[in-house]
Amino acid sequence: MSNMLEVVGLTKLFPVRSAFGRKAGEVRAVDNVSFSIENGKVYGLAGESGSGKSTIARMIMGLAQPTSGDILLDGHSITGETGTRAYGRKVQMVFQNPGSSLNPRRTVGQSIAVPLAAHGTPSSEHKRRIAELLEMVQLPADFALRYPHELSGGQKQRVAIARALAVAPQLLILDEPTSALDVSVQARVMDLLVDLGQQLGLTYLFISHDLSLMRNFADTVGVLYLGKIVETGPTASVFEAPQHDYTRLLLASVPVISAEEEALRPKIPLIDGEIPTAEQLIALRNGANPVSQRTSE
Amino acid sequence: MSEALLSVRNLSVQFTTYGQTNQVLKGVSLDVPARSQIALVGESGSGKTVTMRAIMGLLRTPPAKIIGGQIFYDGRDLLTMPDRDRLKLRGTAMSMVFQDPMSSLNPVFTIADQMGTILKYADRRLGRSRSAKERMDRVHEVLGQVRMRDPERVARSYPIMLSGGMRQRVLIAMALLSEPRLLIADEPGTALDVTTQAQILKLLKDLVEERGLALLMITHNLGVVRETSNYVYVMNKGVVVEHRPTAELFEAPRDDYTKALIAAVPRLTGGTSFGKSGAAA
Repeated sequence: MSNMLEVVGLTKLFPVRSAFGRKAGEVRAVDNVSFSIENGKVYGLAGESGSGKSTIARMIMGLAQPTSGDILLDGHSITGETGTRAYGRKVQMVFQNPGSSLNPRRTVGQSIAVPLAAHGTPSSEHKRRIAELLEMVQLPADFALRYPHELSGGQKQRVAIARALAVAPQLLILDEPTSALDVSVQARVMDLLVDLGQQLGLTYLFISHDLSLMRNFADTVGVLYLGKIVETGPTASVFEAPQHDYTRLLLASVPVISAEEEALRPKIPLIDGEIPTAEQLIALRNGANPVSQRTSE
Repeated sequence: MSEALLSVRNLSVQFTTYGQTNQVLKGVSLDVPARSQIALVGESGSGKTVTMRAIMGLLRTPPAKIIGGQIFYDGRDLLTMPDRDRLKLRGTAMSMVFQDPMSSLNPVFTIADQMGTILKYADRRLGRSRSAKERMDRVHEVLGQVRMRDPERVARSYPIMLSGGMRQRVLIAMALLSEPRLLIADEPGTALDVTTQAQILKLLKDLVEERGLALLMITHNLGVVRETSNYVYVMNKGVVVEHRPTAELFEAPRDDYTKALIAAVPRLTGGTSFGKSGAAA
């Protein structure tokens, strides 16, 4: 079995403090999450805010330490590996908002040169490599001299992708890469990601709340709710026959544009009334079946 | 001239910044009949927000300049009527539901304070008067209308104490305070999670139908268009490129831009192919 990434029993607890800083309890932000991604495949993590999807991404990137559980990259545990150059060469991330993930005071070329320099590409090679990377993301080579504010949202996200690819990683984490873009621009960025994935044999962890996009990009999907994966499977089968209440609720909530899609949406009443407060959420997280409690309100 | 509650005729707007003049609206016309649900859809830069701002009188002039056209509300041209009369209509006859619930609410005042103030000034403009007690009763009543389970508690709350969905409902309540006949909604719920957004859209639709309001929904999301409107205007680069009943638009779009826009939307049923080889998923 050739899994690029394997996540086993991953858990992350965050302390909750009272107004005076005393520890009042813990939030299970990520609760015993396990999944794996085969080489060259796309795994989609679907979930809403607070589901823990970004915390999972941060733990895989080494930006947060798991409370318990293990993460295996290419068969090896990443404990103690994260933060090293060798690890950074294997895993890179593309963030949600290209407007804030690019340094406004660096030109595109300078931004892409940062990972190149950090990973030991000799500076005489930089110019050639930057041009190569820009070509990969279908931007003209003279973009290297431009500043982020001169670029459109789609162009900025292409630059962010080029920067992530600079060290030739094997696993790319995409955290809502197109949620800030117009739908026509989104389509072109997705085209690029699919083409790059095939050319370079990349493995993707795709994080999104956009189920329609997920359906058309991910091979396998995991639905996260309050820190747990409540349902997982091949994307088509999860969408056609959702088993969990929360998956059904998510699917029922997607605004669609055709009768065929509407037919696919489960016919369940949307939650009526107020969304649970933070306190209720903490109680729900530690409860057994949060979904039925939430919908029965 | 027209029976529509709101009628925009040939509206042209230009912006002048740093000596450069750009025409951003090039003769936009649209009609919102009473009790209708109309959508105005376009991507960023299409001019949908400028159109909305022109209707509400929120364009900053300069840099903006309305260089032609009329905006009729109930048969009267908003652009030529005295400011005093226009003020009387804004927020009372026509109200806005804003997009971002966090930046549209003042964090240091309670919901009751903010809604009470809106009501007080709306009353003053219309030459009505209400006691503080009557104002609070009205605030609680409207919060109930947007399905808050405990309107009095919500009224006492500061914005930070409410969830995103509740804040968005407070904004809808604010728009309803003076019983407008026209609601203009600017991408409501886009800042929210998908389950919350679905709830907000349903609430808006129910309210509009219950109370016999007209709704003008400004959005970039074609799914939202289909869920909330029965007639749609598609804008691109300052021009309305196509307008028809919503169902027809999705079945048989005529304009090339509309076709491309619809084709770019990923489908829940799958089959949207990304990449050159078209071999996605």
